[in-house]
Amino acid sequence: MDCCNHLNALPTAGDAEGAPGGPRPPLADVRVARKVYPDPATGRERLILDRVAFTVGPAEFVALVGPSGCGKSTLLHLIAGLDQTFTGFIRWPGTPDGRRPRLGYCFQNPRLLPWLSLRGNIDLVLDDPAARAAAVDALLTTMGLAAVAHFPANRLSVGMQRRAALARAFAVQPRLLLMDEPFVSLDAPTAGQLRGLLLDLCERQRPTVIFVTHDLYEATLLADRLLFLSASPARVIGTVEVGIARDRRRREALVDARYAELKALFRALYQDAADGPEQPVTDGTDARPV
Amino acid sequence: MRRAAPRLLRLGSALSLVLLWQVAAWWWPSSLLPTPLAVLDLAVHDALHGPLLHDLGATLRRVALAFVIAMLAGSAIGILMGRRRTLDLLLDPWLMLFLNLPALVVIILAYVWFGLAESTAVLAIAVNKVPQVVLTLREGARTLEPDYQELAQSFRLGWYKRLRYVTLPQLLPYVALAARSGLSLIWKLVLVAELLGRNDGIGFELHLFFQLFNVTGILAYSLAFILVMLAIEYGLLQPLERAANRWRR
Repeated sequence: MDCCNHLNALPTAGDAEGAPGGPRPPLADVRVARKVYPDPATGRERLILDRVAFTVGPAEFVALVGPSGCGKSTLLHLIAGLDQTFTGFIRWPGTPDGRRPRLGYCFQNPRLLPWLSLRGNIDLVLDDPAARAAAVDALLTTMGLAAVAHFPANRLSVGMQRRAALARAFAVQPRLLLMDEPFVSLDAPTAGQLRGLLLDLCERQRPTVIFVTHDLYEATLLADRLLFLSASPARVIGTVEVGIARDRRRREALVDARYAELKALFRALYQDAADGPEQPVTDGTDARPV
Repeated sequence: MRRAAPRLLRLGSALSLVLLWQVAAWWWPSSLLPTPLAVLDLAVHDALHGPLLHDLGATLRRVALAFVIAMLAGSAIGILMGRRRTLDLLLDPWLMLFLNLPALVVIILAYVWFGLAESTAVLAIAVNKVPQVVLTLREGARTLEPDYQELAQSFRLGWYKRLRYVTLPQLLPYVALAARSGLSLIWKLVLVAELLGRNDGIGFELHLFFQLFNVTGILAYSLAFILVMLAIEYGLLQPLERAANRWRR
């Protein structure tokens, strides 16, 4: 397994078509120096993110791995521009105008509007639903949702709602897909099925993905690269290439073997982090405190 | 025992009330307690040949105007107070004052200060209703789901889509609630305002009948008006409220 040095988000496997004259600029350049929340009980400030810096390449699938409650969701909020109150910056060198690209966001809860049908929820986020009707039909068929497209969103099962949220995020053809533990609290077969769907859809649309999870196996299966975040306040304590080509991720043996390797690294990382070193030894990384 | 249909129960209950009235009228024959038939007779006669329809129209117009003004002003203020904390703190004492101000005081003062005019009557009634609408809509605006705002923001929905599909559906149940309680308050107040300072409308006619101790007239005019308001309540407002709450389960 190669764990290449990864300073400027090299093009990932299967992404060799473009890039004349060297590597393309990263899509996102995230430098959050500090993010604090006021503690409602004491009124004092609580540090959530502490020097979190990384870049994400075009069409790269990055998993943010860290313990629950470490600030991963907050980080996604900042990247989505939902919260501007932090020190540092988030830049978009990979977009033509340098502005945030078109987003698809899978929140931790599905967040379908209950007064609209499933189809209504998807059409709502499209600029021109009529023009994209056929594409949405195809998407819903792929996701196994075609039969329930006209159900009110709150009549769907949780698994269907998650699939619908995934479909909504893909329907806008995002350049950047933000996913916040989208498969948590699902039964194993459903979660597995949805991961497969996600890989399929990524193959078809090739968005850049930032995927938050605390499940190392899920991260190994889905991502090109893992970023490990420490317990609160979150810092990047390591990053590692998964190194499984996208068309080989259905091979369980391959994923299992890599998972076993990464698990060892994972354990070492989080034991070290508990002692609080500035820069823990990682397996070929670009963890750079700001 | 078989369960009776709710509709039949209601109808039976209403009919028994009329029956009771009829029996009482037989028991104490007096001009102060006319029979239902005499009241109906006068209502039909005055509708065809008298001022009943004109008065009914005048009163309904005032109800409608005061209702629309109170709903618009109250909703706007309520939503702003629900969303802006500073404004909420500033206006809360005013809200408390107006909530506890007796309607009669507002109407009398309005007539004294601004004259016995149509617009004075309508505005005075609206002012009585605004605080309740504010209270309800403020509650609604406070419960707006931040999750949905984030959704709208990250998918970059335009202002129209946000308003039409994200914000309004969350506020509609509160608007419907304010509308229902609002109408029932307003139509009672309109009669008071008419009695005190208008020269047409149901309240004005009641005033005349009162001076003559004409109970048949009082009952005929007020029952005609009550029937119209019930029709609006059951035919319009309750279905609207159900529609606003349909997605909840």
